[in-house]
Amino acid sequence: MNTKYLRNRLLAGAAALGLLAASAAQAEDTIKVGVLHSLSGTMAISETTLKDTILMMIDEQNKKGGLLGKKLEAVVVDPASNWPLFAEKASELLEKDKVAVVFGCWTSVSRKSVLPVFEKDDGLLFYPVQYEGEESSRNVIYTGAAPNQQAIPAVDYLMKEIKVKRWVLEGTDYVYPRTTNKILEAYLKAKGVKPEDIMINYTPFGFSDWQSEVAKIKQFGSAGKKTAVVSTINGDANVPFYKELGNQKISAEDNPVVAYSVGEEELSGVDTKPLVGHLAAWNYFESIKTPANDAFIKQWHEFIKNPKRTTTDPMEAHYIGFNLWVKAVEKAGTTNTDKVIDALPGLETPNLTGGMAKLLPNHHITKPVYIGEIRDDGQFDVVWQTKGTVPGDAWSDYLPGSKDIEADWVTLKCGNYNTVTKKCAGQNF
Amino acid sequence: MIRIMRLGQVRHAAPAAASGGDFGGRVFYAVLLAAALLVPLLNLAVPESSALHLSTYTVTLLGKYMSYALLAIAVDLVWGYCGILTLGHTAFFALGGYAMGMYMMRQIGSRGVYGDPLLPDFMVFLNWKALPWYWHGFDSFAFALPMILLAPGLLALAFGWFAFRSRVTGVYLSIITQALTYALMLAFFRNEMGFGGNNGLTDFKDLLGFDLHRDSTRVGLFLVSAGALGLGYAACRHIAASRFGRVVQAIRDAESRTRFIGYRVENYKLWLFVFSAVLAGIAGALYVPQVGIINPGEFAPINSIEVVIWVAVGGRNTLYGAVLGAVLVNFAKTWLTAALPEVWLYALGALFVVVTVFLPQGIVGFLRQRLGAGS
Amino acid sequence: MLLVLLALCLLWMSTARADDAAPLPVDFPGLVAALPQADFAAKQAIVTRMTELHVPQARVLLAAWLDNRLESRRSDGKVFVVEEHDGTLVLVDPFDGKGAGEGAADDFERVRSNNALRKLLKVSIAQFDLKDPDPRVRAAAVRQMRRDLDEDTVTALRAALTQEKDGRAQHEIRVALAVSDLGAGDAAVRLAAVRALDGETAADVYNALKPLAQDSGTESDASMRAAAIGAVRHIEVWRNFYEALETLFFGLSLGSVLVLAAIGLAITFGVMGVINMAHGELMMLGAYTAYVMQQLMPHHVGAALLLSVPAAFLVSGLAGVAIERTVVRYLYGRPLETLLATFGLSLIMQQLVRSVFSPLNRSVATPEWMSGLWQVNDLFSLTWNRVYILVFSLVVFLLLVLILNRTPLGLKVRAVAQNRGMARAMGVRTERVDALTFGLGSGIAGVAGVALSQLTNVGPNLGQSYIVDSFMVVVFGGVGNLWGTLISGMGLGVVNKLLEPYAGAVIAKILVLVFLIMFIQRRPRGLFPQKGRAAEGT
Repeated sequence: MNTKYLRNRLLAGAAALGLLAASAAQAEDTIKVGVLHSLSGTMAISETTLKDTILMMIDEQNKKGGLLGKKLEAVVVDPASNWPLFAEKASELLEKDKVAVVFGCWTSVSRKSVLPVFEKDDGLLFYPVQYEGEESSRNVIYTGAAPNQQAIPAVDYLMKEIKVKRWVLEGTDYVYPRTTNKILEAYLKAKGVKPEDIMINYTPFGFSDWQSEVAKIKQFGSAGKKTAVVSTINGDANVPFYKELGNQKISAEDNPVVAYSVGEEELSGVDTKPLVGHLAAWNYFESIKTPANDAFIKQWHEFIKNPKRTTTDPMEAHYIGFNLWVKAVEKAGTTNTDKVIDALPGLETPNLTGGMAKLLPNHHITKPVYIGEIRDDGQFDVVWQTKGTVPGDAWSDYLPGSKDIEADWVTLKCGNYNTVTKKCAGQNF
Repeated sequence: MIRIMRLGQVRHAAPAAASGGDFGGRVFYAVLLAAALLVPLLNLAVPESSALHLSTYTVTLLGKYMSYALLAIAVDLVWGYCGILTLGHTAFFALGGYAMGMYMMRQIGSRGVYGDPLLPDFMVFLNWKALPWYWHGFDSFAFALPMILLAPGLLALAFGWFAFRSRVTGVYLSIITQALTYALMLAFFRNEMGFGGNNGLTDFKDLLGFDLHRDSTRVGLFLVSAGALGLGYAACRHIAASRFGRVVQAIRDAESRTRFIGYRVENYKLWLFVFSAVLAGIAGALYVPQVGIINPGEFAPINSIEVVIWVAVGGRNTLYGAVLGAVLVNFAKTWLTAALPEVWLYALGALFVVVTVFLPQGIVGFLRQRLGAGS
Repeated sequence: MLLVLLALCLLWMSTARADDAAPLPVDFPGLVAALPQADFAAKQAIVTRMTELHVPQARVLLAAWLDNRLESRRSDGKVFVVEEHDGTLVLVDPFDGKGAGEGAADDFERVRSNNALRKLLKVSIAQFDLKDPDPRVRAAAVRQMRRDLDEDTVTALRAALTQEKDGRAQHEIRVALAVSDLGAGDAAVRLAAVRALDGETAADVYNALKPLAQDSGTESDASMRAAAIGAVRHIEVWRNFYEALETLFFGLSLGSVLVLAAIGLAITFGVMGVINMAHGELMMLGAYTAYVMQQLMPHHVGAALLLSVPAAFLVSGLAGVAIERTVVRYLYGRPLETLLATFGLSLIMQQLVRSVFSPLNRSVATPEWMSGLWQVNDLFSLTWNRVYILVFSLVVFLLLVLILNRTPLGLKVRAVAQNRGMARAMGVRTERVDALTFGLGSGIAGVAGVALSQLTNVGPNLGQSYIVDSFMVVVFGGVGNLWGTLISGMGLGVVNKLLEPYAGAVIAKILVLVFLIMFIQRRPRGLFPQKGRAAEGT
């Protein structure tokens, strides 16, 4: 029996080899859209939803008659939360499947991993997650928030409205928290916060035993001054962190925690009762009532066939990104990457919260900033928002290395133009 | 199904064709040679419009498989021939990769996004003022190359020195090799270490003056990987067939008896382990320029287990089986993650289970059995 | 609906004459009726007014509000205190405290609060509680008020002191007044306040005393400063002591998690010699069982959790038996190959969970009795969930030891582990014993998963994050020795937590791993070496 099985397997393998060769020569009557999100491994928790979002957008576009008279066709691959595999899959999408555009990545490292591939093969990537900035590539459109569109407004809110005097910057040890905390530290000091009133702390990925860390925060916060925790804790570590916060009775009234990586979807995996009142800063909340958002939520529930699924900020980023791409293709009249990239800057599309998202010459977009308080049903009550939208800044003004750098793909044709030396470094393509 | 009671009681007979009639080895050499000739030809000489054209993507992919195959050989050498089940070999692989990555990082020079002539980009934006001492020297390949060999070699020497002398064996050894790679992973994840933290090292531009993004460089890297694989295989085959190799296999089958006969068992184990680690380091160094990134995820204990599985799938104790397993499993991964993105883990998991349960000697063992029965 | 609008209109008109920008009803029913439509600023004003009115019903209403149990009916805007049962709300009229029937949750809208409001609610409730018949409630109210002292509260407290008969509540009020007196103009009053506070250990007392003890610029009175320094020092001695105690508890608690995660493995790996890489996934199954049980009994969170312990044991145990019968039994004597097959199984199980439950984390609720703090005293508190899990792990461990040492099954398990051939010759059905042993170890893994569901993510990656640690614990303790597993788990937990404050979380973990590697070099068979099938390998 086992030999028969093996023979079948070998046959299947041979057939697979044949398929691999044949798939390159498929008919050209569709526009292929690559979806590069992890469906297995540690990041599947976050990224699977984004894959579904893009599939939904494609579905809807096809119902509207497609694009340039052609149907859109999704090419889904699984980079399995493995960073070198991201690069491999990216070049597979670009070189083998010849996709017109790719929507994908979540972590910074996955973006860094595919970046050379997109630049070499002249692809186009829409990246939907808030990130640390310090990057602007010709071939990437950043639809998530840059630090100035999330981190700094949230701190402003805490300082002015909540009168916070003491700060804990708690993060997972990787590049996004590191950079964000560097920016925030410089910003807080510029606002007159004393160094002894700032505590910065990092924990590893997937950290689960928060007892000592939370006790430390509790002690730091019991010094009589209003203390807030700015959390850039990533993904999996959040649930045990919030559970410990709740159990050690760190209440939102005394020590509010404002999180930059915790949204509706993360909260759907937590018992939110002890978390009520803690904060999150995003550019979108599911609870914001606008006709566009209501329609989007309804569409999502129908597509995913589960009325309990939440919508999140990165989903909105993909929504904006997809619509921007559609507009650019229609404007350029082709899916040719160079023409689409040239057509993109300056385009505007409505976001889900009643404003307009405009693509800037630095390949970032304009976004409103909202601060929400966690409710007991896992949703957020917006307690504060910026007047109008904030333009995304690729290079932070608060980091010594990058304050002189500017990105402009329209006039300067450079992602990292140094305004002092008047040079554009590191451009290969 | 016969129940086998005790570990060590039944050992697969050493392959009859250990040195002389190495049929599998000859097939391996032939396939490797054919690939080394055909791949550059199909990629560079055949026009892109032709159906026979091999895309650079495929070339890079094959190059990556070659480096994985070299790693698999290194694992097979210590596991298949000496019975040391290492669950930490990717530590050596990653160290070799990091040494290569550091060299390529320094090669970027002032072409980084911040234009800093000395510091890599990730150091500039995290406000590093000076280059850490262990980064010095990596601007020259003459320094980096020995480092690729020394970093994994010395770690293996230090680790093996203590472990084999204290006669740590079996699962205990497996678990502490796992602890080793786990500790290194945590250490490299720390941004203070100065290896780029979670992001690792990326954005490489060129290697020895060759532009990494050019097709010809990719083909060159493939050829170097294939060459390294061929040489690595030959070296391992030579070791296995030598007197040294016979003692090593005796240690695998009956460690105490070998010791009582008068062999210094720990020394044999140690040198084999160090050689295997160096081989893994070379594999890592070849792997990094082809995939374009090295990050602490490579140290993950899970990865080491996967390597062991490649060897088991192909058939251990044969070397070419390791190559077959590495290429086959990784091809399956490449193919399945695109063809069945939602359910590919079922297929991969089932493959592992089926092979271990029904093909204890791996695919090579199975083929050999069939061919043996047929003739 | 129209009627309500009309009523609201009338209400508004009746108060519109006041020059206040936000016209406010003057009586309690009016205030309650205004709640659903009020914005947060108006709600604050309403709470303040309710506190001033001091009607007893207001306390119930405010407490329910703080508890998120205040809802307004969509149809008529009437406000009720509610209790949720099975998706229906049991309504209580806020005015007479009597039941007002039931309603579907969908027909009601919650009266929302925000941080500022919740803070105000707490202070307001404390003002009500100051006159509560229960002296403990009064004492707690004083403590709450002490965090935010102003002239009004001090006056209220002074008034309360004259009425207070209970010693403990009296004491709390005196402390609060002393804290307030620290800022008095009269030096003698201040000195008396410091003396009164000496011996108190609460954090707010410490924060109030600390500046007096160190800053000579603001406090010129030497005797006063000396007294403050003495008082602060007393607190600090206790602080350090309890901090050490806390670290020890953290360590034991981390250790208990490690023991729970490892103890099933101590059976499958330690006793049977199967390198079970799917162990983590068996724990994951247990955690998901807890989730499913809570979904089945959504309104009995605690009972569901308790029931999920045996349920998880069954689910994971049966999964374990299935694994043993279909895969592992072909691999006895090839322990290293069990690693490969079970690794494949772990991939399949992870993906299975992704397919069935989606890749998202699932939320497992914490029952009331397991959440929050056990406040031993001002300086020392333990989190209930950790205390329970610590006790739980010890119970599971002891049960397992009893099973292995005191039951016929345990005897057979040990017999087969020590000498399979001999055991079989004595008439032990080794195959059955194998399956049962593997099932036992797997079942324990499932039970551990239930405990983990209270601490961490319930998701497809749950098993992955514990598997490496579990193996370390078993190996460090000595393969095949249950007591070794217990001591090694607890020991590694405590060492980790002792190092953490100095080295940081990452370095602490690395140091523990390096220590482990070194230790195995010194003692190649772990803390408590024991003979067993696995221990006799090459």
